[in-house]
Amino acid sequence: MVDSPEKQDVTKPDPSSWLQEYGDALYRYALQRLHNRDQAEDMVQETLLAALQARGRYTGRASEKTWLIGILKHKIVDFIRKQVRESPVEDIHALSDTAVDSSTDNLFDARGHWIHPPRDWGDPDKLLRNHQFIELFKGCLKRLKPAQAQVFSLKELAGHSIDEICNELGITATNCSVMLYRARMGLRHCLEVHMTNDNPGEFQ
Amino acid sequence: MLSCKDVSHIVSESLDKQLPWHMRLKVWFHLSMCRACQQMVQQMELLRTTAGRCSSREGETVMTERETLSDEACSRILKHLQQAQNDFDEHE
Repeated sequence: MVDSPEKQDVTKPDPSSWLQEYGDALYRYALQRLHNRDQAEDMVQETLLAALQARGRYTGRASEKTWLIGILKHKIVDFIRKQVRESPVEDIHALSDTAVDSSTDNLFDARGHWIHPPRDWGDPDKLLRNHQFIELFKGCLKRLKPAQAQVFSLKELAGHSIDEICNELGITATNCSVMLYRARMGLRHCLEVHMTNDNPGEFQ
Repeated sequence: MLSCKDVSHIVSESLDKQLPWHMRLKVWFHLSMCRACQQMVQQMELLRTTAGRCSSREGETVMTERETLSDEACSRILKHLQQAQNDFDEHE
C-alpha cells in the first residue's frame, strides 16, 4: 500500500470540522476588524465556502488554521474595500488636507484652539489593565463611521502599513491619513466624553 | 505658529510616518507651551497602545476573547457548506 488512509485524511480536509474547530477563531478575527457581528459571521461563511472550493490547493504546508486565516484576510480586505468605496463621497473622495472637516471642526474654535482642551487620563498602564477602559474603547470604535473604524483597525489592529492600506482599498495616502486622523480624533473625543460623563471617577 | 488643530493633524501623521525635522521642531515648540496638546499626544499614543494590546498575531484579542459564533450562525453556515459540498461532489 502506497497511500495510507491517514495520508488521505491529511490531504482532504473536512469543511464541517473546520467550522467546529476554527469557526470561533475566524469569527473573532473578523469581528476584531469589522466590529459587526453579522458581517463577521458572513465573512466566516464566505471563507469556509472559498476554502471548500480551494481545498484541492491546500498543500498542508501551513496549518489549516493559518491557511483559513489567510483566506479570511483577503475576504475582509475585499469587504472593507467595497465599504470604503460605497461610503459617502465626502468621506473619502473629496478629502484633502485643506478640505472642510465637519466631523472634527467642532473640536476647535475659528483660530484652531481646543474648545474642550484634552484632559489628563492618568497612568496609561493602569488604563490598559482596566477592563472597563477596553470595553469603552471597543464601544467608541463601533461608533465611528464604518469606513473610519475599518481603516483604523487595518492600521492599528491588523498592523498593515499605509502603503498596504492604500493599495488594498484603492485610496490615496492623503485620504488614508485623513481617515486615520478622523478615526483617532473621534476615538479620543468619545473616550474623553464617556470617561467624564458616564463613568465619573471610574478611571483614576 | 501652528495652531492646536494643525498640531493634532501633524501628530496623527507622525504616528504613521517619519516627519521632516523642521516639522518636528515646530510641533516640539508648540508642545513645549501647550498643556492641552501634550495631553492630546499622550491620548493619541494610548489609542495606539490600546489597539496594539487588543490584537495578537492570531487575531484573538482582548476585545473579542469571549465572542463566539452563535448557534444560529453555526447551523446556517453548516447548511451552506453542506449545500456547497453536495454541489461540489456532484460536479466531480
